[in-house]
Amino acid sequence: MRILVQEAPFDLGAESARFAAGHTDIGAVVTFTGVVRDSDEAPLQVMEIEHYPGMTERSLTEIAQEAQTRWSLGDVLVIHRYGALKPGEMIMMVATAARHRKDAFEAAEFLMDYLKSRAPFWKCEVTAAGTDWVPAKEEDEDALNRW
Amino acid sequence: MNVLYFAWVRERIGLPREEVDSTAETVSELVDELVAREERYAAAFADRSALRVAIDQELRDFDAPLAGAREVAFFPPMTGG
Repeated sequence: MRILVQEAPFDLGAESARFAAGHTDIGAVVTFTGVVRDSDEAPLQVMEIEHYPGMTERSLTEIAQEAQTRWSLGDVLVIHRYGALKPGEMIMMVATAARHRKDAFEAAEFLMDYLKSRAPFWKCEVTAAGTDWVPAKEEDEDALNRW
Repeated sequence: MNVLYFAWVRERIGLPREEVDSTAETVSELVDELVAREERYAAAFADRSALRVAIDQELRDFDAPLAGAREVAFFPPMTGG
């Protein structure tokens, strides 16, 4: 299991290749990447991502450990950035490796649902009109109930 | 104890962390003490249902006891991913 919380960009291809390499007992690797989407109203200048150092690493580790107890996984990777990101930049990625694809897909969805509303990150959109903290969506909270 | 604020809670209160001397037994009592201090705290804590709290980096409820707590953090619902 690898958990990285960093300001710097990450190389999706290199991280995915490194994650998938070196296993012979793995039949499936699923990766998900979150990208900064431009705002619907005004052009987004930057997305500021704030986090709670310490609690962030701890909660991501707990969520990844929970995924490992629920599904049969060979490995888990979570990378999440913070700081000022521009539209089109990659915010985060998760990768799961398993013998079979069902475990890898489900675990990746579980990780995404949980880290959206249980890992201490906050997004703030900066446009010409000012700054706006992105509100949490009720459906994101509801998404936890299916697990 | 160390009290931390994040996102718009930090902006409304005007600082990211502070050392607070408190005899509060629960999170709610601590919030009552802070709100009684100054308007900026009242503004930040006006709607407690819009806030989340962590004690020593674990999510808790507002009625959670503070005994032994070293770090209490207040923030809006998280928006990771």
